[in-house]
Amino acid sequence: MERRFIVRGLLVGAIGGILAFVFARIFAEPQIQAAIDYENGRDAAQAVLDRAAGLPAEAADHEVFSRTIQGNVGIGAGMILFGAAMGALYAVAYVLACGRTGNLRPRTLALLVALGGFLGSYLIPFVKYPANPPSVGHAETIRDRSGLYLLMVGVSIAVLVLAVWLGQRLKPRFGNWTATLLAALACAVALGVAIFALPELGHLHANVAEYGRHPTETPLPLRNAQGQIVYPGFPADLLFSFRLYSVAAQAILWTAMGLCFAPLAERLLSPAPAAVRTPAGV
Amino acid sequence: MTMSTLPTTRSTPVVVPRTRAALWLFGTVAFGLAVYYFVGLDQGATSVFGNNTYIHELFHDARHFLGFPCH
Repeated sequence: MERRFIVRGLLVGAIGGILAFVFARIFAEPQIQAAIDYENGRDAAQAVLDRAAGLPAEAADHEVFSRTIQGNVGIGAGMILFGAAMGALYAVAYVLACGRTGNLRPRTLALLVALGGFLGSYLIPFVKYPANPPSVGHAETIRDRSGLYLLMVGVSIAVLVLAVWLGQRLKPRFGNWTATLLAALACAVALGVAIFALPELGHLHANVAEYGRHPTETPLPLRNAQGQIVYPGFPADLLFSFRLYSVAAQAILWTAMGLCFAPLAERLLSPAPAAVRTPAGV
Repeated sequence: MTMSTLPTTRSTPVVVPRTRAALWLFGTVAFGLAVYYFVGLDQGATSVFGNNTYIHELFHDARHFLGFPCH
């Protein structure tokens, strides 16, 4: 039984990944390219400033894959693999939630688990550490940023699971409606504390030491020795649209997964008519 | 293991009764996390396949877009 759910989870995850990839190819790639162009322009301006100051020029990064490969094959493989992995984890979460989350229809539960996956694995961590386009993010802090991001994902998922457990515990005493609201409130408070307690990326030691105390790592305007701006800061509109599309792509992925998985799960869990039922199908 | 007694109520039944199921679920979680790691994080702060950046560069755009920290 559980294998059937897992296979279906992988399948709907891959479908969601394909849809998210199509969206990304159309909407995100132009933004990513614009961000890379900004970065290249900024590096060139920095090189001119360095030369004027008599500093040695930094060696340019060599390309492992062309932008064409990265922007078509790489993002496609990445989104579809990510979708399949999320689909597998989603199926496990669904199977574990079955029978433990109150009186829900299989279809409704499928949509709720997908909502939980979207919130826990992406949207709540995004509130604290949002997705960043290329050129936003310092290489020195990748270790700290990876750790903090994973911590935020782990905390978000753990708090959501605990909130569901708490809601089930409170239900006999307060009834379904009030118990759900109380659990949601507890969840919001716990997440608020976590978001408040974790450091801003701009406040990491390496960043404060090198760039001064700013809330984020978004590049500020580049200034010459006289303090004049010679290259602008990272474009605000570009940052916004990249993040909006990032949220949209994850919403597409999880919505597609929930909507495709719902009827499949319903069919697996509802007894089929006796004439059609096979004893050991897959 | 028998699976013959699924309840016929409208609510969702418990569908994972035993050890074999637990192993399947555990294996699936391990697979999902491994893919999550390689698509999102390998060759950034940590690297499994040595000191090159093939995986990082291939999944570069997807990493940024899926919300992972990069560079």
